[in-house]
Amino acid sequence: MKKKIATVSLAGCFGCHMSILDIDERILDLLKVAEFDKTPVNDLKKFTQRCDIGLIEGGCCNEENVHTLQEFRKNCDLLVAVGACAIMGGLPVMRNAIMNSEDPLRECLEEAYLNSSSVYNADNDIPNDPALPLILDKVYTCPEVVKIDYQIPGCPPSGDILWRTLIALINGVPADLPYGLIRYD
Amino acid sequence: MSKTVKFKIDGVKIKGRAGQTIMDAADDAGIYIPRLCDVEGLSPQGSCRVCTVKVNGRPAAACTQPLTEGMDVENDILEILNYRRDIIRMLLHEGNHLCPICEASGRCELQAMGYRLGILQPAKYPYLQPVRPIDASHPDILLDKNRCIRCGRCIRASKQIDGKNVFGYIGRGIHKGLGVNGRDLAGTNVHVSDKAVAPGTCPVGCIIRKGLGFHEPIGRRKFDKVPIGSDIENPESGRGK
Repeated sequence: MKKKIATVSLAGCFGCHMSILDIDERILDLLKVAEFDKTPVNDLKKFTQRCDIGLIEGGCCNEENVHTLQEFRKNCDLLVAVGACAIMGGLPVMRNAIMNSEDPLRECLEEAYLNSSSVYNADNDIPNDPALPLILDKVYTCPEVVKIDYQIPGCPPSGDILWRTLIALINGVPADLPYGLIRYD
Repeated sequence: MSKTVKFKIDGVKIKGRAGQTIMDAADDAGIYIPRLCDVEGLSPQGSCRVCTVKVNGRPAAACTQPLTEGMDVENDILEILNYRRDIIRMLLHEGNHLCPICEASGRCELQAMGYRLGILQPAKYPYLQPVRPIDASHPDILLDKNRCIRCGRCIRASKQIDGKNVFGYIGRGIHKGLGVNGRDLAGTNVHVSDKAVAPGTCPVGCIIRKGLGFHEPIGRRKFDKVPIGSDIENPESGRGK
């Protein structure tokens, strides 16, 4: 019985998904023991079945991220936070440094769309289309929102550590990670 | 010649000299005891507790504990390893340690300790995400206290080697932090040639030399290929390169 893997990129840059592709031809060996369900790799938008492993890239910066992450928790036996953003917020979490402001969200949006010296915004508009997911008061790490079972650090994690961890998870054994694979950058 | 003291680390018989600490004798014997606040050339202060070992069954800081005849030291055991992992995790969670954007990444001792101790699992601690301003006032040196781990190495280097008092602790408990002897760093008598701000004094990316950013390419940085402590375990292999 093949294990089912789902993946998603929340507030991330898709770098971790690039690393999933960076396992190169080993993806053929992976597909002998596993299959992908909902993931950008096959462009499947919805869960078609319960999954064994969910790989989460990125933290939560808007409400859609939170809903997607909760959906993954409901549909996956194991959730793995992949990369610095999912684990501790990563670069987006730098926004939280303005949390001591009286109105942090306004300050964040005004800095991004109005005040920053490199901004050209002739209409002086802050995007507010109803189709846009609501931005959260701060960036939340994945473990702050749902229970996370494992994490694979790195920015991004290398194809090698992803490969070794995935195969170990599928086989139900501890991953053998030689020095140099665990990286926080 | 001082008196020889015989003792054991993890069952291995070792000879040290009277007056030495466990850490110094272990270093001489090629046994690495992980440490953050202790560094060669400065007096030990025993504050980070990463070097905690069991001495005759009781925990003690190896960097400050003097040798005694026949002591039985346990270093490389699971119980101690897990203590050390917890300390490193707490340090990583207390500050803002954004390795992907930090100039010290690759030569950072906190990060390297995480690698050496194999820290992978999600920790039970929340990220505190403190808000600490950056002091970029000095023309040559930048101070980013988001990354400070209160090891006091810059404080001791300034006092003991530079003969100045540029850095010091302020506050207590969780509020304890690094202070400078002036309005800001530019308001102190620190000089870029001081040991307190020299490379290798700050174990993390709190004290940064301006104009050098990311000068070592990934793959050639200090801890890219070998774990922290390799220079002690294999002295002939060259200092950690």
